Amino acid sequence: MNAHLWANSLNSVLNHPLGSTLVITVSWPVLALACLFRPHSVRYVARFLFPLGALLCVMMFLLAGAFLISGHSPESMTLPLGLPDLPFHVRLDALSAFFLLILGFAGAGISTFAAGYFRSGEGTAPGLLGLHYHVFLASMAVVMLADDAYLFMVAWETMALSSYFLVTSQHRIPEIRRAGFLYLLMAHIGAVCILLSFGVMQGGSWQFTFDAMRSASLTPFWATVAFTLALLGFGAKAGLVPMHVWLPEAHPAAPSPVSAMMSGIMLKTAIYGLLRVTFDLLHVQFWQWGVAVLALGLFSALFGVIFAGVQTDMKRLLAYSSIENVGLIFTGIGLSILFAASNLRLFAALALAAALIHALNHSLFKSMLFLATGSVLHATRQRSLGKLGGLIRSMPWVAALALVGTLAIAGLPPLNGFVSEWLLLQSFLYTPQLPHAFINMLIPLGAAALALTVALAAYVMVKFYGVIFLGQPREASLAHAHDANWLERIGLAWLAAGCIAIGVQPQLALHAVGKSTGMLVGQTIAPDPSVWRIAPIAPEQASYSGWIFLAVILCTVAITFLAVRLLAHGRIRKTVPWDCGYPWQTSRMQDTAEGFGQPIRHMFGAFFRMERELPAPTDLTPRYRVHVEDRFWRALYQPIATAVQRLADAISFLQGGRLAFYLLFSFLTLLGLLVFVL
Amino acid sequence: MLRSHLDVELLKLLAAGMLLISFAMLSTRRTQQLITLFAWQGAILFLSTTLVAHEAGLTELYFSAGLTLILKVITLPLILHILIKRLGAQWDNERLVNIPVTMLVGLMLVIFAFGLAQPISLLATTITRHTIGIALAVILLSFLMMITRRKAVTQVIGFLAMENGLFFAATSATYGMPMVIELGIALDLLVAVFILGIFFFQIREQFDSLDLHHLESLKEE
Amino acid sequence: MRGIAFVWQFGEVILAIALAPLFSGWIAQCRAWMQNRTAPPLTQPYRMLRKLFNKDAALAENASRLFRTAPYVLFGTMVLAAAIIPSVVTDLPFARAADSIALIGLFATARVFQALAAMDIGTAFGTLGARREMMIGFLAEPAMLMVFFNAFLLFGSTALTSVVDNYATHPSVIDPSVMFAAIAFVMVLLAENARIPIDNPATHLELTMIHEAMVLEYSARHLALIEWASSLKIFNYACIGLALFLPWGIAIHGAHVGSVLFALSALLVKLAACGAALALIESVSAKLRIFRAPEFMAMAFLIAVLGLLVHLLLGANTGA
Repeated sequence: MNAHLWANSLNSVLNHPLGSTLVITVSWPVLALACLFRPHSVRYVARFLFPLGALLCVMMFLLAGAFLISGHSPESMTLPLGLPDLPFHVRLDALSAFFLLILGFAGAGISTFAAGYFRSGEGTAPGLLGLHYHVFLASMAVVMLADDAYLFMVAWETMALSSYFLVTSQHRIPEIRRAGFLYLLMAHIGAVCILLSFGVMQGGSWQFTFDAMRSASLTPFWATVAFTLALLGFGAKAGLVPMHVWLPEAHPAAPSPVSAMMSGIMLKTAIYGLLRVTFDLLHVQFWQWGVAVLALGLFSALFGVIFAGVQTDMKRLLAYSSIENVGLIFTGIGLSILFAASNLRLFAALALAAALIHALNHSLFKSMLFLATGSVLHATRQRSLGKLGGLIRSMPWVAALALVGTLAIAGLPPLNGFVSEWLLLQSFLYTPQLPHAFINMLIPLGAAALALTVALAAYVMVKFYGVIFLGQPREASLAHAHDANWLERIGLAWLAAGCIAIGVQPQLALHAVGKSTGMLVGQTIAPDPSVWRIAPIAPEQASYSGWIFLAVILCTVAITFLAVRLLAHGRIRKTVPWDCGYPWQTSRMQDTAEGFGQPIRHMFGAFFRMERELPAPTDLTPRYRVHVEDRFWRALYQPIATAVQRLADAISFLQGGRLAFYLLFSFLTLLGLLVFVL
Repeated sequence: MLRSHLDVELLKLLAAGMLLISFAMLSTRRTQQLITLFAWQGAILFLSTTLVAHEAGLTELYFSAGLTLILKVITLPLILHILIKRLGAQWDNERLVNIPVTMLVGLMLVIFAFGLAQPISLLATTITRHTIGIALAVILLSFLMMITRRKAVTQVIGFLAMENGLFFAATSATYGMPMVIELGIALDLLVAVFILGIFFFQIREQFDSLDLHHLESLKEE
Repeated sequence: MRGIAFVWQFGEVILAIALAPLFSGWIAQCRAWMQNRTAPPLTQPYRMLRKLFNKDAALAENASRLFRTAPYVLFGTMVLAAAIIPSVVTDLPFARAADSIALIGLFATARVFQALAAMDIGTAFGTLGARREMMIGFLAEPAMLMVFFNAFLLFGSTALTSVVDNYATHPSVIDPSVMFAAIAFVMVLLAENARIPIDNPATHLELTMIHEAMVLEYSARHLALIEWASSLKIFNYACIGLALFLPWGIAIHGAHVGSVLFALSALLVKLAACGAALALIESVSAKLRIFRAPEFMAMAFLIAVLGLLVHLLLGANTGA
C-alpha cells in the first residue's frame, strides 16, 4: 500500500514537471524565512536548514534530469501573480531544464559544504546569511523558469540584490564594501542593457512575453541592436571582457560558499540568458554575431588565464580563471552562432554542446575549488599564496579532493574538463568549411588560441595546487592546520563524484544537452550509441572513451606496482632532500607564486600594467614588490567614471537646496503630464 | 599528363619554399644569413621560371630564368657580401619589434594576401595561377621586413626581395613581363645596389654606425 | 571486434615497452658516432634500468603520496599512449579510445603529474624545473594542435588509425602542406621530449635543466619508471610521426601474421632512420637560451599554420 502511494506520487511528480519545479523553487524562500526564527543559532541555521536546502537541490537535479531524459514536451503556465496586466509566465523546456540541472547538482554540493562551513564570526548573523542564500538560490531558479520579460527582470534584480548582501557579509571591512559596490554597479548596468534589449525585442507588440518576442519580426538593424544590448548585459553578468572588472573584486570578497555559488551558478544564468535571447527569441540570424561573440570569448579566455598566472591571492586566481572559462563558453556559443547562421546545423549542435557541457563542468570544478579554498582559509586564516604551502600533509582530504578539481579544470583526461575542451576543439576542426571568404582562414587560428588558453590553464592550476598544497610550509603556523569536517567533505566529494562521472561517461552529458541543442539549433549530435565511447560526428573521424582511459591507466599502474614489488623490491630509505647537494634548504627557497608565474609575466608583459620595485644590490633590507593591474581599469573605466563625475557635477546646480526649486520641478512635471495625457 | 601533374606539384612546392624563405628572412638574426636566404630565393625563382618555361613552351622565359640566375643568385649576393664585409656589419641585426609579434603580423599579411588573391586566381589562365597569392604574400612580407629592421643593409635586401616577389607574381599571372622591362629592371637593381653601397659608406662615416635611427636626427628643429 | 585484434593490441604494447629503451640507446649511439666518440653499447639503457630497480629508494622525509605514485601514473599514461598509436597494426580495439587531440591531452596529463611531483618536495630546482616544463608545454600545444589540424584537412580524420588505413589516398609527400606539417611536428617533438635545442638530456648544470630538474629527487625504481616513461614518450612521438607522414608498411584491415611481421621489420627500419635523423639534428644544433624557446615554438606554430593556409589556398583550388 505504501509502495503504491509512493509510486503514484512519483508518477504525478514526473507528469507535472513544471509544477514540481515551482514547488521546490517556492520552498527555498520558505526556508529563507525559517532562518529568521533563530538568526544567531549556528546549529539551527547551518546544521539543520542548510542541509534541507541541499536536499531540495538534489530533488531539483533529479527532476530536471528526469525531464531531460524522458523527453517531455515543454510546459508553460501563467501564474496569478504580478501586475494585473502583466501576469507572471513560467515555462520549462529543455534549455531551462539543463540549467536547472546545473543549479541542482552544484547547489547541493555547495549547500552541504556551507552547512559545515558557516560559523559565528562571519560578520553577519548566520540567519541572515541563510536568508539571503536561499533567496539567491530561488531567484536563480526563477530566472531559468521565466517566460516573460517582467518576471525575468524581477528575478534578475532579486538575484543581484541577494548576492550583493552575500558578498558584503563582512561589511565592516572597507575593501569588501567597495567590492560590493562595484559589483552592484556592474550588475545594474548589465540589467539596464538587458531591459533595453527586451524592450527592442517586443517589436511593437507591447507584449512582453517570450512567445510574443519569438513571433515578432525585427528588421536586421533592430535585431542586431537587441543582440548587442543582450550581449553587453549578459556579458557584464558573466564576466566577459571588458565588463569583467567586478569579478576579481567580488569573488574574493565573498565568503567561499558564496563565491562558489556565484562562479558556479550565477555566471551560468547569464549564459542561459544569452542563449535564450540569441537562439530562441532572435532565431540566430547573422553570422557576424557569431564572429563578435567568438572574438570576445577568445580574448576573454586568454586575458583571464594570463592574469590568473600572475596572481598571488588564491581566490583572485580562481576568479580570473572563471573569466577564462566563461570566455571558453562564449567561444563555443560564437562558433555555434556562426555555424547555425551558415546553415551547418550539425556543427552548430556540436559547438553548442561543447559550450553547454563546459558550463556544466565549470560549475562543478570551480565550485569545488572555491570550496577547497574556503577550507584552507578556515584552517590557516591565510589567503595569500605566499604564506601557504605543504598542506597536503595536514589536510589530506581537502588536498585529495582539490587534486581532482585541479586536474578537472586543467582539462586533463579522464576527467570532465577534457570532454568539453575536446568537443570545442573538434568543432573548430570544421570551420574551414564555412562559406565566408576571410573567415574560414582566420577562425582556424582561433583553435590555436584555444589550445594556448587550455595549456596556460593547466600551468596556472599547477601553480595553484602546487603552491598551496605541495612543497614546504611557508609559515610556521601552517603545521596546525586542521582538515575539513565531515559535512564539508561530503560537499566536496559530491562535486568530485560529478567530475569523475562526466569524465568517464561523457555520454551522460551529451544526452543531457541533446534535447537543448535540438531545441535551439534543430539538430542533436548523434552520439554513436555506445556505452564505451563518444563519437560526435563519425567514429572514423574522432572518438574518445573515458572508460578506457581510466581503466587502462589504473590497470597499468596496478600491474606495474605488483610487478615491481615482485621482481624487485619495495624498500625505502628516508633521507633529506638531495637538492643537488646544497646544504641549506628553507621554505623560502622554493618558488613563490610570483616566481612560478614569471614566464607568463615575461612573455605576456604587454597585457599587464605592472609596477615593480626591485631591490638594489646595496640595500640593507632588500624588498621586492610587484603590483599588477588591469589595463581596462585605467583605459576604460576610469575615464568613464571621471566623465560621469563631471556630468554629475555640472548638473548638481539643480540641487540648489531651495525648496521653491523642488516644488517648481514637481509643478512642471505635473503640467507636462497633463498635456500629454489629456 | 603525369609529367604535367608532377610539374604542378613541384611548382606548388617551390612556391611554398618561397613563402618559407620570406618568413625565415623576417626572423633571422644575422645579416650574412639574410644574404644567403636571398640567394636561395633567387635560386627557387630560377627553378620555377624554368619549369614554367618548360610547361608553357615559351623560350623567352628561359632567358628570364638565365638572367635571374646570373643576377640574383650570383652577382647581387656577391656584391652584398663584399659590401657587408667591408662595412663590418655581418652579424648584428636588431629589430624594432620582437620576433613573435613580427611573425603574427606576417601571418595576418599572408591571410590577407591569400584572401585577396582568390578571385584573381579564378580569372587567370596560366598553370601557375594558384601561386599568385603566395607571390603577393612574399611582396608584403618583404615590405614588413623593411619596416621592422634597424640596420640599413636589411632595407636594401628587403627591397630586392620585394622585386623577387614581383617577378614571381608576373610569372604566375601572365607568364613573365616583356623582355625590355625585365632588362631595365635588372639594370636598375644593379645600379641601385652600387649607389646604396656608396651611401652606406657615407652614413657610416657620418654617424659611425649603420643604425638608421641616427638618420632621425636629420630633421628641422 | 575480432579476437585476434586484442592479441595485436597487447603485442604492440609489449613491443613498445620493450623497444623504447633500445630506441633511446640507438639515438645515443648515433649521437656518439657523429660526435666522434665511442658510444655505450646498445643495451646500456636496459642495464641502467636493472641497476636502478635493484637499489633502495632514497625518499625525502617530506615526500607525499603524490610523489610516490607519480612515476607509476607517468608510466601508465605512456603505456596507454603506446596502445593507441598504430605503430605496427591499425586493427587496435583501444585505438578508438582517443584521437590525436585526445593524445595531446594524455601527454598533458603526464606533464602535469610530473610537474606536481617536482613541486612536492619543495626544493628550488624542483619548482624551477616544473615551471619551465609547463612553459614549454603551453608553447608546444598550439603548435601540435595546428599540426593535427593540418593532418585533419589533409587526411580527413584526426584518428590515427583512420589516417593510416586511408594511406592509399594519401597526398604525395612533396605536397607543401605535408612538408610543413612534418617540419613543425619535428620541432614539437624536439621540444616536448627535452632534446636539443630546447633542453639537453644529459646536462646537470642547475640553471639549464628542465627535465632533469624535475626528476632530481627520484631514485631507484621510481627513477627507473620515469626514465622508461621518457623513452616511451619519444618512442610514441616517433610512431605518431611515422603514422602521419610515413605510414607505408603498417598492417591494415584484417592483418594476418605475414603482414604483421613485415610491418614489424618496416617499423624497425623506419625507427632506425628516425633515430639517426634525430641524432643528426641534435648534433648540429646548439641549445637555445630558455627565453629563445618561445621563438622556436612560434616558428613551429607558424610553419604549421602556413601549411594549413597553403592547403586552403592551393589544395582547395587545384583540380589536379
